[in-house]
Amino acid sequence: MTTAFVPLDTSAVALGADAVAAALANAGVAVVRNGSRGLAWAEPLVEIAEDGSRLAFRNVHAAQVPDILAARGAHPRCLGEVAAVEALRRQTRVVFQRCGEDDPLVLPKVTALKAWLGEDPNALLAEIEASGLRGRGGAGFPAHIKWRAVAATEAETKYLVCNADEGDSGTFADRILLEGDPHLLIEGMALAAIATGAERGFVYLRSEYPVAKDLFQRALDAAYADGVLGDDIMGSGRVFHLELFVGAGAYICGEETSLLDSLEGKRGEIRAKPPLPAHRGLFGQPTLVHNVISFASVPAILKNGGDWYAALGVGASTGTMPFQLAGNIERGGLVEVPFGITLGDLVLGYGGGTRSGRPIRTVQIGGPLGAYLTPDEFDTPLTYEAMAERGAGIGHGGVVVFDDTVDMAEQARYAFAFCEVESCGKCTPCRIGSVRGKETMDAVLAARKAGDNTEGKLAIVEDLCEVMESASLCQMGGMTPIPVVSALRRFPEDFGRDAPG
Amino acid sequence: MEPGDSARAIALRNKDRVGGVLRALREIVLAHGHVSRDQEHVVADVFNLSHAEIRGVVSFYHDLKTTPQPPVEVRVCQAEACQAVGGRELTARVEALLGLRLGEANDSVVLSAVYCLGLCAQGPAMMVNGRPLARADERDLRAEMPP
Repeated sequence: MTTAFVPLDTSAVALGADAVAAALANAGVAVVRNGSRGLAWAEPLVEIAEDGSRLAFRNVHAAQVPDILAARGAHPRCLGEVAAVEALRRQTRVVFQRCGEDDPLVLPKVTALKAWLGEDPNALLAEIEASGLRGRGGAGFPAHIKWRAVAATEAETKYLVCNADEGDSGTFADRILLEGDPHLLIEGMALAAIATGAERGFVYLRSEYPVAKDLFQRALDAAYADGVLGDDIMGSGRVFHLELFVGAGAYICGEETSLLDSLEGKRGEIRAKPPLPAHRGLFGQPTLVHNVISFASVPAILKNGGDWYAALGVGASTGTMPFQLAGNIERGGLVEVPFGITLGDLVLGYGGGTRSGRPIRTVQIGGPLGAYLTPDEFDTPLTYEAMAERGAGIGHGGVVVFDDTVDMAEQARYAFAFCEVESCGKCTPCRIGSVRGKETMDAVLAARKAGDNTEGKLAIVEDLCEVMESASLCQMGGMTPIPVVSALRRFPEDFGRDAPG
Repeated sequence: MEPGDSARAIALRNKDRVGGVLRALREIVLAHGHVSRDQEHVVADVFNLSHAEIRGVVSFYHDLKTTPQPPVEVRVCQAEACQAVGGRELTARVEALLGLRLGEANDSVVLSAVYCLGLCAQGPAMMVNGRPLARADERDLRAEMPP
């Protein structure tokens, strides 16, 4: 019996995986649509299982299917046994351990939930605290503080909200998990519900992820059918209802308070903090808001223990982080490793340098609000603390590589332009500052082209950045200066200033 | 939802749901291609809100179109990861091919910007009528477009 695994993941489908699956089926092979292993550079990554062997084939095109079936391990696209593929074997898969193994909906629905159903919520909270888990959405806030705040706040109703509005360029970990192992997220949320006393939850998903939407809804239906969700979770008498909510195209709804307003059906405008969502969130009730990866880290922590998790990583950056290598990169994709890997090992060791073959000039970390760093900084360990020292952050783990053809003044202009398009408009520094910033960068670009002095214009840009950083209501306006200022400091020659040194 | 469902039927079935207004507006756009001024009034009526409140929601979200849309939607990613692998150049070539600038439409196609499709390791990325395309070029577009 031969079985072929062809990912249903968007990253495979966007390169013809559906046609590959059809060709394999036509050849009489049983086809399973699995999630992605995260090796985006190899998609469609087809696995052919037979007699205990499971061979991986990279970048498979439908027309190659007959040759691959005939040649098997001798085919030039064969990477060998999937379990031995170096790019996977070197990783420390915790959250993404099962992703890609099988049809996402046949993966086990629960691994830790049964054992914790009868436990005192304080025992769960203690494990989360011991794990040192920090929010994976970007801010890196200690999870247990939020969990305890929601658990301790007296209220008629408490909510869980999963932020799956993954809008940062260079990130796709949430999407791969939702498409490849949705039950892990459901279980993580059910465990958080027990710990905090919430009985109702929502997953807020961006509309740009149609495959994730369909698959996650099917997973929810299956979880209800199996009693993992509902009025009596696995016969324990505990209640937890979980629902999918799809956004309508707004980057700002990835900000937690904006997301809550959107979930209430309103314009997704920022709320002033405090009050924090943990005290007054959805409909004014205590609400635990976490990113997909934060919730999906919970089952492994509660199965293996908080201390086990805390032993991974470095210092206060505990556990693993699914980094996402993107942009101009030879081997882009998902790399889940403990915190502390250096930027260089990630980009060169795992990523193999640029796809174009040209030298790397800059790497942007943490999405559109993240800093541009240089190859001189490749020895920086990826921890929250070491990145903060460089004026940078890890964000949601996106790492976007650019070669030496990049124009950093154009990138700075883009940071403002993106903020103009996506600002919610509630506060002036972000709403107006982004427009003025873009206009001023246009003037800088024009002056540079004409060979004129740009200093006067750059002084305005720097001034604007200071105002946006200190006076914006949320991180959209507050962090847009980070890519601008990091580009200006590290690449002044692109802005018509003298090169450093 | 069915293509023929009236705005009122859609609004009514979302009336008591969390986020009902936004759910209803999304469903109306999915069923009818856009949300008209009259349909905004219907939603306002069902949810017992002012028309201004509904208008405010509609104007906030990129997906909530207020005019009839052509049959083909081409979205080209403008975000950093695609910029790093020729996204700006791809955009220019698609604009030339379609004879449209980003944000413009003709009777058969609308060309729009999208900021990230989650295909950041395989850019530049496009989406044609909901179908994702990675390592895309304008030849893919020709293949995807109806004759």
